[in-house]
Amino acid sequence: MNGSLAVVSDPTVAIRRQEPDGAVLEFAGAWQSQHGLPEPAGILGELRAAGVSHLAFDARQTTAWDSGLVTFVLRVLGEMAARGVAADRAGLPDGVRRLIAMAEAVPEQQTGRTGARPLWLARLGTSAITTAAAVTAGLAFLGESLLALGALVRRRARFRISDLLLVVQECGPRALGIVSLISFLIGLILAFVGAVQLQQFGASIFVANLVAIAMTREIGCIMTAIVMAGRTGAAFAAQLGTMNTNQEIDALSTMGISPMEFLVLPRMLALIAMMPLLTVYSDLVGILGGAVVGLGMLGLGHTEYFEQTRAAVHVSDFLIGITKSSVFGVVVALAGCLRGMQSGRSAAAVGLAATSAVVTSIVWLIVLDGIFAVILNVLGF
Amino acid sequence: MTDLTMAYGSFVIQHDLDFTVEQGEVFVIMGGSGCGKSTLLNHMVGLKAPARGNVVYDGESFWGASSEAQEGLRRRFGVSFQQGALWSSMTLAENVGLPLQTFTPLPARQIREIVSLKLALVGLAGYGEFYPSEISGGMLKRAGVARAMALDPDILFFDEPSAGLDPISSRRLDDLILELRDSLGATMVVVTHELASIFAIADNAVFLDAETRTMIACGPPKILRDECPNPTVRRFLRRGEGDTAAGGISA
Repeated sequence: MNGSLAVVSDPTVAIRRQEPDGAVLEFAGAWQSQHGLPEPAGILGELRAAGVSHLAFDARQTTAWDSGLVTFVLRVLGEMAARGVAADRAGLPDGVRRLIAMAEAVPEQQTGRTGARPLWLARLGTSAITTAAAVTAGLAFLGESLLALGALVRRRARFRISDLLLVVQECGPRALGIVSLISFLIGLILAFVGAVQLQQFGASIFVANLVAIAMTREIGCIMTAIVMAGRTGAAFAAQLGTMNTNQEIDALSTMGISPMEFLVLPRMLALIAMMPLLTVYSDLVGILGGAVVGLGMLGLGHTEYFEQTRAAVHVSDFLIGITKSSVFGVVVALAGCLRGMQSGRSAAAVGLAATSAVVTSIVWLIVLDGIFAVILNVLGF
Repeated sequence: MTDLTMAYGSFVIQHDLDFTVEQGEVFVIMGGSGCGKSTLLNHMVGLKAPARGNVVYDGESFWGASSEAQEGLRRRFGVSFQQGALWSSMTLAENVGLPLQTFTPLPARQIREIVSLKLALVGLAGYGEFYPSEISGGMLKRAGVARAMALDPDILFFDEPSAGLDPISSRRLDDLILELRDSLGATMVVVTHELASIFAIADNAVFLDAETRTMIACGPPKILRDECPNPTVRRFLRRGEGDTAAGGISA
């Protein structure tokens, strides 16, 4: 930039009166943004008070300048133009004059946008409209995914088996590590909390019942679903969101390939297939975690603990967990895919889509789990 | 630029690059697709360390300098990326204002005024409150230029400024580069393979060859087109036409 090697001295500006009603703005010093700039308000006040009818500039004493000087001069010029004062730019450095000419070359677009926050009523209305649109879009998405399932049943769905297998691998075997860890620790914690209470009544053996029933009916499927929502649902949203950003989804649509069938269906099928398996696995690992406490801390015998567990759970308990997990799989897949497909086309929007997928999944998981609890209670299971 | 060699792992992209960019000139890095033009730019702006050699600014070598000195040098650069590379979660005004907020002591009002000036310089006055996702590709590019010059850098780098733009927008961007150079006195380094741009703006240029993986010519493009001993360079600068066919073209 001009004079970047010059000695830095404070930027100053002063008014020199010219008889009878003129004035010259004299700039001196280094007018560079990084060292701070004088506020134009004081000078503008003085100019107003002086009641000049024409203004000139003198910048011979400036040692360096950058955009700071240009914005200062623009502000003065704007104010002078508004007051009908003629301004002579000849005394400004050549570069400043050219930059001002460039800035004035394209008039400001009246875009109607301001940085101001809209009124609360407007914000409330906007959010109501957005919510209504989101609900409609969610229902439409649900409908479209049902149609895609229909196409699958009629053997007319178009997707690649290799894609399906990849997703199966991603949300099945690759999830075993985290599911093992969480389930084992949850089983352990359940047993530990139960043991402290049950020991007081000499009923330590019932830790086996507590862990087995809780894991198979409730905790196994809900924990697996939450892990999958955070792991796989978010990944679906981010992946589809990025594809949307890169117009990959548009490319599928223009070729007449339904993105619902090609992208959403394999993800849904993979999760519906994998969730029950992961849930059964999680149940067993959780029971194992409980056994570690039962055998290690409470001193119960192997056979005794195993028999107690076997007597406590029935096949129906496993089936309840498996049924719920299939439904949860659909929820996680739908939430992930819905948010991904709806995502805006920017990095921030993809991040929001992933967050929103996880939040939507978890809310619906808990709501559905509550509904299941009521129905099962009514049916007497 | 001294004996610079660029490589990804053991794969050498360009070797023994040695050229000088004079202060205040428009310098173009040209060459066919995939020859490493953008990679060279990444080396010059400090995004990627060279396998060998160095980039020297006013006698100070970038890659040999301490991290503080590198930060200081980076403050003197402005980079306009190929797709604009605007931060999508910020409005255009916030994009341009961020470096000013971070590196200058200016109050919010003065920052707003400088931001308006920069946007006005690239013809985007009034678009400050728009998000990058709401404007067109050409506007994104211009907004990227506005952000690159937020801190009034000594050297402005442009990566493919005219790629993907219509001829008129592309021409306007070329004019903008020249006008900024003339009014700010800044040095401009431009990566491009658009011949019209090269002839319109370049004072000097370097030609990177994908085949021999090194620079095979350096100088003013019009002279290179007519007098360069290397046929590859002449062919490139004549859109693939041979010497005879291009006989009618005058400088």
